[in-house]
Amino acid sequence: MVLSRFSQLGARFLKESGIVTGKAQEESSEQKEKITVTFVDKDGEEKVIQVPMGMSMLEAAHENDIELEGACEGSLACSTCHVIVMDMEYYNKLEDPADEENDMLDLAFGLTETSRLGCQVIAKPELDGMRLALPAATRNFAVDGFVPKPH
Amino acid sequence: MYDAVVLAYGAESDRYLGVPGEDLGGIYSAREFVWWYNGHPDCSNVSPDLKNTDTAVVLGQGNVALDVARILLRPINELETTDIAEHALTSLRESTIRKVYLVGRRGPVQAACTAKELREILGIKDLHVCIQKADLLTSAADEEELKKGRIQRRVYELFSKAATSHQQHDIVGQRELHFMFFRKPDRFLPSESGNTVSGVRLEKTCLKENGASGKQVAVGTGQFEDLKCGLVLKSVGYKSVPVDGLPFDEYRGVVPNMKGRVLSLDQAEHAIVEKGLYVTGWLKRGPTGIIATNLYCAEETVASILEDFKNGLLTPSSGSPKPGRQGLLQVLENKNARFVPFSGWEKIDTKERMEGELRNKPRKKITTWEELLLAVDG
Repeated sequence: MVLSRFSQLGARFLKESGIVTGKAQEESSEQKEKITVTFVDKDGEEKVIQVPMGMSMLEAAHENDIELEGACEGSLACSTCHVIVMDMEYYNKLEDPADEENDMLDLAFGLTETSRLGCQVIAKPELDGMRLALPAATRNFAVDGFVPKPH
Repeated sequence: MYDAVVLAYGAESDRYLGVPGEDLGGIYSAREFVWWYNGHPDCSNVSPDLKNTDTAVVLGQGNVALDVARILLRPINELETTDIAEHALTSLRESTIRKVYLVGRRGPVQAACTAKELREILGIKDLHVCIQKADLLTSAADEEELKKGRIQRRVYELFSKAATSHQQHDIVGQRELHFMFFRKPDRFLPSESGNTVSGVRLEKTCLKENGASGKQVAVGTGQFEDLKCGLVLKSVGYKSVPVDGLPFDEYRGVVPNMKGRVLSLDQAEHAIVEKGLYVTGWLKRGPTGIIATNLYCAEETVASILEDFKNGLLTPSSGSPKPGRQGLLQVLENKNARFVPFSGWEKIDTKERMEGELRNKPRKKITTWEELLLAVDG
């Protein structure tokens, strides 16, 4: 009896402080939408995540522990968040890259026709179901322990 | 003293053209000019004469060439709120230079500049840009290069757009930027006094495919033309400075290396890896590429260091740990060497920014060694 009273008080405390129901209220009142995005890593492993409107793919990857580096933190000073949009249909729904994004894509390793910087791809309703592939390598060198040969 | 040392000191010297008249007054390397307007203490007394002429010729079409051209052509009021060195600002305010030629041996397809930098110079206010449409014609070999190079493609597109959009030239006193392609410098022409430059003799070139590399190289055609000017800036490449005892490739101007591990030659002329010694950046690859290029270069060197560490190649042979920073400080003390720690740099930084704030600039640079050391001590 005492225990349940405490748990009732506890539940009421949580409810009134907005911790438990706050989020649910927010979701229902704002109808904050999310799109479904699938990340495919270099080994073909897939991870399906939910991305809220307005969030960049780089941010979304970090929030879901997906290994997408973002060395310059989205300031268009590197190309480490290079992603490949797997379907042309979705690639065409994206805004054209700005000159600054193109400047950095120039240096991306393994660039394709549907490559973009993850920090510049922002979630919007039309991108629901988009699949993004992580490039096979971000660096242009072999890690096989090459030893110099005498000449 | 350390388990691993990484040399990252870049390229502080210049490639020489090796052309008659190169020692005439009024001819500088672009690097000297850049150090001069950036307030480098070693070049604060360069004092280039910007009042004897209306024409400057820049040899080269890389990002540094564009940079020096940009400084000569930008409206002075735009430069006033930057941290450009005071002595350069004064000089530029009185400059009579109105025309700048950017001269390249090959064509727009081979130009070494990158899109961002080219966009910036093409966007200078009230600047008349001249690019000959004929220079934009591409050969089959050019088309191949464009197909394989995204960076070259974007630069070529910018040149094409600029050639068509900058047509009008009826504004009196408007500054001019001329892109000259397929020209290489044959000699520098002296003025009547004999010791300053009055022009450059240029030889027209055409491109020939170098069978081995597939690259197109510029070959002289025997047709010459003279370009009058009073200032020449050579922007034909930086060169690294060798250090006593460090393996160095004189021809390429880099430290021989394999993925950042420094290589030397043993008695039998075999390449061996120097334990614990690494190199990165321009000293490793040559003076090409932008900051982002160096990012990947550094990652490669770091991967080599980590791999060597993992394979136990960095453990000291004697068994006892290296003295590191303490050892370094001891050596400096023994030599009675004057050195500036990071806290000293912070003092310089604070002083420069404070002085800049009084003048609506990000900073006012201190441009002599004496004043710099005073700021550290003060």
